[in-house]
Amino acid sequence: MLLEPIPETVLDVRNLNVRFSTPDGDVHAVSDVSFSLGKGECLGIVGESGSGKSQTFLAALGLLAENGLTSGQVILDGSDMLAISEEKLTAIRGNKISMVFQDPMTSLTPHMRIGRQLTEVLTQHLNVSEAEARDRALTMLKRVHMPEPEKRFSMYPHELSGGMRQRVMIAMALLCSPEVVIADEPTTALDVTVQAQILDLIRDIKESARKSIVLITHDLGVVAGLADRVAVMYAGRIVEEGRTQDIFYRPTHPYTRGLLACMPRLNDDGAQPLTTIPGQPPDLQKLPPGCVFRARCANAFERCISENPKLTPAAHGGRKACFLASEAVNP
Amino acid sequence: MTDQLLQIEDLKVHFPVRVMGGFFGTSRPLKAVDGVSVGLKSGETLGVVGESGCGKTTLGRAILRLAPYTSGAVSWIGEDFAAADKKKIQSIRRDLQIVFQDPLASLDPRMTAGDIIAEPVRNFEPGLSKSIIVERVRETMELVGLSPAMINRYPHEFSGGQCQRIGIARAIILAPKLIVCDEPVSALDVSIRAQIVNLLSSLQKRLGLAMLFISHDLSVVGHISQRVAVMYLGKIMEIGTRDHIFRSPRHPYTQALLSAVPVPDPDVERAKKRIILLGDPPSPLDPPSGCVFRTRCAKATDLCAKRAPSNESVAAGHQVACHHWKE
Repeated sequence: MLLEPIPETVLDVRNLNVRFSTPDGDVHAVSDVSFSLGKGECLGIVGESGSGKSQTFLAALGLLAENGLTSGQVILDGSDMLAISEEKLTAIRGNKISMVFQDPMTSLTPHMRIGRQLTEVLTQHLNVSEAEARDRALTMLKRVHMPEPEKRFSMYPHELSGGMRQRVMIAMALLCSPEVVIADEPTTALDVTVQAQILDLIRDIKESARKSIVLITHDLGVVAGLADRVAVMYAGRIVEEGRTQDIFYRPTHPYTRGLLACMPRLNDDGAQPLTTIPGQPPDLQKLPPGCVFRARCANAFERCISENPKLTPAAHGGRKACFLASEAVNP
Repeated sequence: MTDQLLQIEDLKVHFPVRVMGGFFGTSRPLKAVDGVSVGLKSGETLGVVGESGCGKTTLGRAILRLAPYTSGAVSWIGEDFAAADKKKIQSIRRDLQIVFQDPLASLDPRMTAGDIIAEPVRNFEPGLSKSIIVERVRETMELVGLSPAMINRYPHEFSGGQCQRIGIARAIILAPKLIVCDEPVSALDVSIRAQIVNLLSSLQKRLGLAMLFISHDLSVVGHISQRVAVMYLGKIMEIGTRDHIFRSPRHPYTQALLSAVPVPDPDVERAKKRIILLGDPPSPLDPPSGCVFRTRCAKATDLCAKRAPSNESVAAGHQVACHHWKE
């Protein structure tokens, strides 16, 4: 077997924990998450709501809500983003790492023209003149295939369609040519034909601009086409991680298997009921001891109740957090 | 035909919308549903797919008379729904129920689960004793997979999936003939979605329900429906059995829609040929002349701008509204 060259790591997350203190007790949103992102790589983060997939990256960028507490390390370009000053963090955000959010309507300023919102990024971060900022912003709008970019420049967000607004968000994220782009459910709010356009654009940016991309989504279909590697999250933990093909064709964790099995397929004839994962995700305020998935797992045994499985090497070369040998897992 | 439940002929639902311009602005019709004809037999599931603004929700609401219709005819087991008086409508409504998209928002937060599920019974069968109602609520809760012990809990104490079960219990307690499900699983997570989809199909089989299943999610619609209608800008572009629509789609829009769905299979997803439509759907306030899809269609010709295509029959039960479907 040929060894794949290990790409240079651009983002390294180590033992990240995120806790929110609430009057009813602490919510453990992210527990001991570690992973790395290679240069030019697309890492898919898959999970259902409350799995911690968004909070992991909001914490990494210092964008958590006020009652959020973080521990661990997020190494980008040699410095720990969780330890540096707010000032330094502001300089890094947008410049070296940027984020595309799910809902472009709420993440764009409603009373500011598109052009101004884009040029402001450049004048703030790169200290360029207004004229140059305008040129660069227009070039970027063309780069993201915005129809009639000059006309859109003087429009307000509400005058654009959802797909166009997401193109503006992507243009904004790319303006200062960051090394890492984090796309948090970038197509969830869009219709399926427009989603196809935006996924095409992300594919193009990944391939031609060689950006390192983190793609956060609940849709396994979206990561199947785009990601090089996939991490599956459940109740604040990574439960399995590996190359995309391995996760889809040789999943080892019972949750990953269940998730794949309960997706209806387009060629489904409806004769069989869908496979389901019984029950629902645990309450993050009252996490039981042991494995977070055990209450819904058909394979759980005594050890799963008393001990929390750590991420360990899996048969497919990735990692999994499960005590069972992969062959022993019933789907 | 005796088992024909619902027959819709050339249904139009237009909403007047004020637009800027002129001295006081003018009013223009927003054609949410524009000439839809479709029928539904008892025990059958018809899936309606389309993107936002295509009129699928308005169609569902118009069938329940929750949206007023501009023209066209809706008949329910041979009776003209439009001409029916208030009393008649009440009695038809008993047989027609709806399940909404947002499970929490569609439940009154100040009512207990039991009261919510019992409400249709209280409306339509006044005078029933409390113990009989409670008994029926408990039976229905068990039918939808909710523990009757939770009868006195409030909606916020339930998870999203459980709230949707309450909504389904409310819809089936009167043993209706048809339920309209408007995006019933879109707000739910993948692992919960499969549970609710299975619940709906098993209830349909057990109770002999007909279902109008409205969704933007093609794979869910394909799983649950026997027939599928594809809508775009207020019109049905193509209608047929599940196999017609999913295995041999004829309309360029259906083809593009199917190719745009991301498939959870890396090899298939990377190898497949995508049809990427340009732009966004036009505004239903200002639809294109002729075929409404022509502005995004690769096959569009002058003919498409001049004349709206009529429904052509591809096979028995498979109809397509396209001038160029044979090409």
